[in-house]
Amino acid sequence: MSDIDTQRRQFLKTSAGAAAIAIAPGMMLYQTAHGDTAEASSKVRWGMLIDTAQCKEGCNDCVTACNKENGLSGKTGTTDSQWIRKIEIKDISNGHTVSLPMMCQHCEHPPCVDVCPTNASFKRADGIVLVDRHLCIGCRYCMMACPYKARSFVHETLEDQNPDVPRGKGTVEACSLCVHRIDKGQIPACAEACQNKAILFGDLNDANSEIHKKVRSVATVQIRADLQLNPGVRYQGL
Amino acid sequence: MRLLVSLLLCLCIPAALAAEANAPKLDVGKGGECVKDTQWMRKNHMHMLKHQRNETVRKGVRVEAEAFKACVECHASTSDNSVTAREDSFCVGCHRYAAVKIDCFECHASKRKEALAKKETK
Ligand code: SF4
Ligand code: SF4
Repeated sequence: MSDIDTQRRQFLKTSAGAAAIAIAPGMMLYQTAHGDTAEASSKVRWGMLIDTAQCKEGCNDCVTACNKENGLSGKTGTTDSQWIRKIEIKDISNGHTVSLPMMCQHCEHPPCVDVCPTNASFKRADGIVLVDRHLCIGCRYCMMACPYKARSFVHETLEDQNPDVPRGKGTVEACSLCVHRIDKGQIPACAEACQNKAILFGDLNDANSEIHKKVRSVATVQIRADLQLNPGVRYQGL
Repeated sequence: MRLLVSLLLCLCIPAALAAEANAPKLDVGKGGECVKDTQWMRKNHMHMLKHQRNETVRKGVRVEAEAFKACVECHASTSDNSVTAREDSFCVGCHRYAAVKIDCFECHASKRKEALAKKETK
């Protein structure tokens, strides 16, 4: 062992290890003290309810917040990643318009997962549909299979990604429901950013949650419910 | 038998010493006490990372101290906040020496979060 190395060890032994206490050789106490080590639970079904009556035309706050949180460029060209889009729909018979955000609907029976040849697309126990970029080969089958046009392919080399949101060239990505925030007990960035409270996030299975109560008491729809994918994102006022 | 062992030892010790002497000088960043000892990490960090990535991505188990982010947090250089920017940066230095390509940083941030946050507000 080199001289520097032994000195360093000596130094570490004598310096007050405030952050870590050795409980066994090579194992530190902070390992057990920090971090949420709980697995995603299948008792939970994360979902969102979007109230189109509250969503304002021209407002883009949810999209901006998503781009910032996940390190997207915010460009909307054909080769740019978009995890959430604002769309305006108009009833041509009477001119009534509604404005709403559209993103991955976190389907219970996701076709993107069905078609993925590498198992990269998967559904987490708590209903969040994700791409495991370690396995994705960029074939883009999932993009083709998704009825909601929710997924994007990363075309260019990326730099300075958010450490919480690794993403890179050659893989497919989509709204992750801000899984890194959910695991910390926070709500998705879009839901937090919406000043009009148009996006309600929560556990659809939890009888005490606001979203569960609301879905039970007001009329809500799933987009393209005819496909029977049972999306976790629901809309009100469509 | 004994002769063979001692012969082997004689051959091994100088080789091991030579390897230490030639070992790359790394910028260990903040350094400090790791989750495992140095030699264990040298040999096994890739297995730990791979195990952890599957646990985290697919099951949502996040062990903060073993997270990829935590490696960067401790080992990014204190001068440029990066684990890859220079020849002697923590990851690059060793991987050059061992001639193993690193794919991690095509997706993962190679800089400390605080450095990235600073850049954003500039
Ligand atoms: S909306 Fe598309 S990407 Fe999201 S789970 Fe459904 S099929 Fe997959
Ligand atoms: S692009 Fe990636 S995630 Fe999509 S189907 Fe192909 S391998 Fe699976």
